[in-house]
Amino acid sequence: MSDYTRAQQCAVAIAEVFRGDGEILVSPIGNLPMLGARLAKLTFEPELMMTDGVAMLVDTCQPVGGAPGPEPVVEGYMPYRQIFELISNGKRHVMMGATQIDRYGNQNIACIGDFEKPKAQLLGMRGAPGNTINHTTSYWVPNQSAKVFVEKVDVASGVGYDSAEKLGNGARFHEIRNVVSNLGVFDFGGPDHAMRLVSTHTGVTVDDVVAAASFELVVDDVQETRAPTADELEVLKQLDPNGVASKEVPG
Amino acid sequence: MDKRTTEKEVVAELRDGMTIGIGGWGSRRKPMSIVREIIRSDLKDLTIVSYGGPDVGLLCATGKVKKVIYGFVSLDSIPLEPHFRIARQTASIEAVELDEGMFQWGLIAAAHRLPFLPTRAGLGSDIEKYNPDIKTVKSPYADGETFLAMPALDLDVALIHMNRGDERGNGQFLGPDFFFDDLYCYAAKRRFMSVEKIVPTKDLLNEGSFHTLKINRTMVDGVIEAPNGAHFTECPPDYNRDEAFQKAYAATAKDPDVWAEFKKTYLDTASEAEYQEAVKNR
Repeated sequence: MSDYTRAQQCAVAIAEVFRGDGEILVSPIGNLPMLGARLAKLTFEPELMMTDGVAMLVDTCQPVGGAPGPEPVVEGYMPYRQIFELISNGKRHVMMGATQIDRYGNQNIACIGDFEKPKAQLLGMRGAPGNTINHTTSYWVPNQSAKVFVEKVDVASGVGYDSAEKLGNGARFHEIRNVVSNLGVFDFGGPDHAMRLVSTHTGVTVDDVVAAASFELVVDDVQETRAPTADELEVLKQLDPNGVASKEVPG
Repeated sequence: MDKRTTEKEVVAELRDGMTIGIGGWGSRRKPMSIVREIIRSDLKDLTIVSYGGPDVGLLCATGKVKKVIYGFVSLDSIPLEPHFRIARQTASIEAVELDEGMFQWGLIAAAHRLPFLPTRAGLGSDIEKYNPDIKTVKSPYADGETFLAMPALDLDVALIHMNRGDERGNGQFLGPDFFFDDLYCYAAKRRFMSVEKIVPTKDLLNEGSFHTLKINRTMVDGVIEAPNGAHFTECPPDYNRDEAFQKAYAATAKDPDVWAEFKKTYLDTASEAEYQEAVKNR
């Protein structure tokens, strides 16, 4: 038994995705991405900027799941209109979810099935096309399976490397940095920017990860995802006093 | 000029097949009292242009809509709008699904009376595949870059909701985010604004700083005083979203009998006043 949970290790892996980002807006969508981004800000990446989810830039890191936290310190105003400007300007790293994602990082949050008459209408395109073509994007997948890591997405909302390649210079701001799932961490360092398994979380084997993907993952030098440090575990307890993250990723 | 009017008078101006832009965002500051009046009317085949929330869901569920142009349709605290999902999954509406930023660009183009604006948003995604009418354009300058040419989202009518206004059509937002409501007005031929409260012009600055006076009277043809008019969407600082009501609304998508009951109680009301009374008495 390790002295940390899978969710805590995922939070650390997500925090690592933002390492080196400095003075940009991070937009983590979902509880685990929020936890990871706030962990990064409170430890090794203090210049990161975040919104309160409404219209303020806040310099404080609130706990996830609505637990009480420090009095928010507002450092700026960021309504949707300014977010859209900032997206085009590129000083942002978003971590979105993905109902489906393929080997080149094409992401689907729009709908499942035929677009004209979908089996399941999901969120819609939202900001995924504009995010991915304009600035760094990463993805969080809380329940990796062969139904999520698919050979081909039903609808491409987020732009993958194969589509970006065709755009040439027009895609020069496109970067999909990482995918973090409940099983491991991935980048797009394979041939032609194919998705590559970088590390597996504690207790997960490479075979587990490969079995939870419909496409062939690039697997060469796979590490174990690093464990949270004692300091990080302390920060995570403050950021998630009610264990919200463990409800999303058990174990 | 006194531009005060009513939901009924506004809806009497609308015609089948019109393109109607609805301000707000998701389940936030939507001109719901006007939406409810549209539901009471015989209007049909509307094209709705919206950062969609229950405005889109309700209009779809009541058969008013031919086409929806949107970046998303969400109830915020309930991420997926259930009645909109039914409309999509039964293909009862035509869907033009855009990136949120493209959508704004289309409104800006229309507001500036331009046929299109270039953007990178949408390139490389499936938006081009599902919208073959949206073309690309090559930069005429040395860079020669190819952009998506987002067409103007020209509107017949814009409907918005503000916190305060005066009888001449000046509007004031007091919440955290104005969204894109000015662009809807500039993009439309006819513009109608509901407000929580009409105040004398000289009192507008008592309500909030000059930064909040974002709608001026060139942008508005009619103003409706509609207290609680954005219900059940939020309208801060006047009121929060009515989460219990929204939850009940969302649940109606699961059961036709529950929907029929909801419709009878709240939508088949004779007037906005009767709706507000039904909400109060629940």
